[in-house]
Amino acid sequence: MSFPWAKEYTPANPVMKFLDEKLPLPRLVYNAVGAGYPVPRNLNYMWNFGVLAGFFLVLQIVTGVVLAMHYAADATVAFGKVEHIMRDVNWGWLMRYAHANGASFFFIVIYLHIFRGFYYSSYKAPREMVWLLGVVLFLLMMATAFMGYVLPWGQMSFWGAKVITGLFGAIPVVGEPLQVWLLGGYAPDDAALNRFFSLHFLLPFVIAGVVILHIWALHIPGSSNPTGVEVKSESDTVPFHPYYTAKDGFGLGVILILFAAMVFFLPNYLGHPDNYIEANPLSTPAHIVPEWYFWPFYAILRAFTMDFILPAKLWGVLAMFAAILIWFFLPWLDRSPVRSGHYRPLFRKFFGFGLIPAMAVLFYCGGAPAEEPYVMLSQIATAYYFLHFLVILPLVSSFEKPEPLPYSITEAVLGSDKKAVLGENTTPAT
Amino acid sequence: MIRPIAILVGLGFSIVVLLSFVTGAYTWATEEVQPAAEYEFHLAPHGPEGGFAHDGPFGTWDVAQLQRGYQVYKEVCAACHSLKYVAFRDLAGLGYDEGQIKAEAASYQVPGIDPNTGEATFRPGLPTDYFPSPYPNAVAAAAANNNAIPPDLSLMTKARHHGPEYVYSLLTGYGPIPAELEQEFPEFETPTGLYFNRYFPNLNLAMAPPLTTDGQVSYAEGNPAPTIRQMSADVAAFLTWTAEPKMVERRQTGWPVLGFLIFATILAFLAKKQVWSNATPGRKDD
Repeated sequence: MSFPWAKEYTPANPVMKFLDEKLPLPRLVYNAVGAGYPVPRNLNYMWNFGVLAGFFLVLQIVTGVVLAMHYAADATVAFGKVEHIMRDVNWGWLMRYAHANGASFFFIVIYLHIFRGFYYSSYKAPREMVWLLGVVLFLLMMATAFMGYVLPWGQMSFWGAKVITGLFGAIPVVGEPLQVWLLGGYAPDDAALNRFFSLHFLLPFVIAGVVILHIWALHIPGSSNPTGVEVKSESDTVPFHPYYTAKDGFGLGVILILFAAMVFFLPNYLGHPDNYIEANPLSTPAHIVPEWYFWPFYAILRAFTMDFILPAKLWGVLAMFAAILIWFFLPWLDRSPVRSGHYRPLFRKFFGFGLIPAMAVLFYCGGAPAEEPYVMLSQIATAYYFLHFLVILPLVSSFEKPEPLPYSITEAVLGSDKKAVLGENTTPAT
Repeated sequence: MIRPIAILVGLGFSIVVLLSFVTGAYTWATEEVQPAAEYEFHLAPHGPEGGFAHDGPFGTWDVAQLQRGYQVYKEVCAACHSLKYVAFRDLAGLGYDEGQIKAEAASYQVPGIDPNTGEATFRPGLPTDYFPSPYPNAVAAAAANNNAIPPDLSLMTKARHHGPEYVYSLLTGYGPIPAELEQEFPEFETPTGLYFNRYFPNLNLAMAPPLTTDGQVSYAEGNPAPTIRQMSADVAAFLTWTAEPKMVERRQTGWPVLGFLIFATILAFLAKKQVWSNATPGRKDD
């Protein structure tokens, strides 16, 4: 579906005409990311990150497939195979560093994409399904990244796998058998490495499939926008191509400059030196830390240090999973009729002075050793995190007086909308 | 219905984590932190004066230094440490030609198979062989070294924070226990078979000082005097190369890539401006 004023695809040359009759793939692309998709004209740069995430997904699949051609998931050779890629494979070092840093950049753009959603409440009706699929994508991404980090079979690979699968051991009764079943043994070894490799290869394609659903679901209501006011007329939109292809092209250039700077000059900055030591089940690293993109959730896991009815470890595991699973309920927790945080003075304060600092603290403390004061800081931030989504968000709209919304996107952009003046469309802005 | 449940769950998690916070904070405030020698007397690694030639985004290999470092590795470190990810053919990166590499490889005995009897034996190395380990297996390595297996050095400078500086500092950091440390921690001691080194995380290291006298390795003429510092810097540079022989190639690839991307991004920005110029006639902020 689309807006009635969406341009129709008219193939110009006979080949495209033939193709359009037999298999209207060009039409599909034209309506999805071409001139046939009308998009609000007021999107700011926070709306770039969806396309950028798509770019990094493709980059990860391409570099990953090449790396898989030279890798072997066998605990005795895996570490050496990665070194073989780094030293002997033509451009192997570029493929591997692009893949490792590509994962980090994928998470950077995804976190920005998610926080865009939090601020502008992109999860609200009519885009609930887009949001739900997005949370599914984030979970799939985390699983994929976790298993990918095990493949180089360094010390952090091994001990990270051991600690994370050990979390399942905290579940009462079924925990330990479940952990053994997941790993295919009592500790990570060939069985775990092989299944992680297999799943690490499979899941990106599952992600690609869910991305298609995510975009499909988005195209039913169309993109949201910074005012949160729905599209009313043709003057509120511009065609995706060339307007947003051009804007996304510029955004892609900027992120690629940053990406190249990391890959070519600081390729190991986001990694951990211990992962250049081959996995050794007999030697535990001083500090076991996951990759940076897991730090907020790792901090939540470690914040629960006291047994209270349930063991502390189980609380930590529950809270860590809950921290993401609660996102599924956001569309029904936040009942303010106003979407954009721009017009919600109270929500904006909680977002800017509460959620963002809490996330920053969780990021920092998750990477720090489990010592004071980091544990205390992450405890306060964890408490705020849950209060923010589960208590503040459902209640804040009762106390908040939203600022006046523009009549339409056109009015927000141009300062006035002729239709509003003429009273041509009197539907109240939502 | 969903909101009241959410509020209860949210309060539940927050209260439990705040209980943890209160007990943690109480312990932290009341319990005295035991000072530890490892914390107070550990030193952060530092590089040689003037740094390494390969430092920074424009750094390149100092080939003469890498060759000296290789000599130090070969004559000192190789007695205990393997270099298993480096092949003799890789020495081309140190500026050796084919003949020199062949001769170098042949000077090592690597495990092989007797072509007549099929028995395990040793044969002279070939350029395609990797540097052989000084010990036949890990048990032998542990037995010969007071149970501390000397780690492989191929990736050492990437396997430690500030690796090249760490290697340099460790090699030059041996010395007696300082008087202040003994005063503050009378209990502290270096067990027999370990050696005091302030750059090692727990201050006591199983490796005996490998470089003990200036001139321990005789450099070829025209090279700087082989002081302990010079030899340490040279071998640290060599181990930076073994850890990532493609490091300089990587940076030198990076500059044109960055140049191209910046150019392309400027074009993309101008294209974006051009495309949008007719989209918002009379826009407020234009």
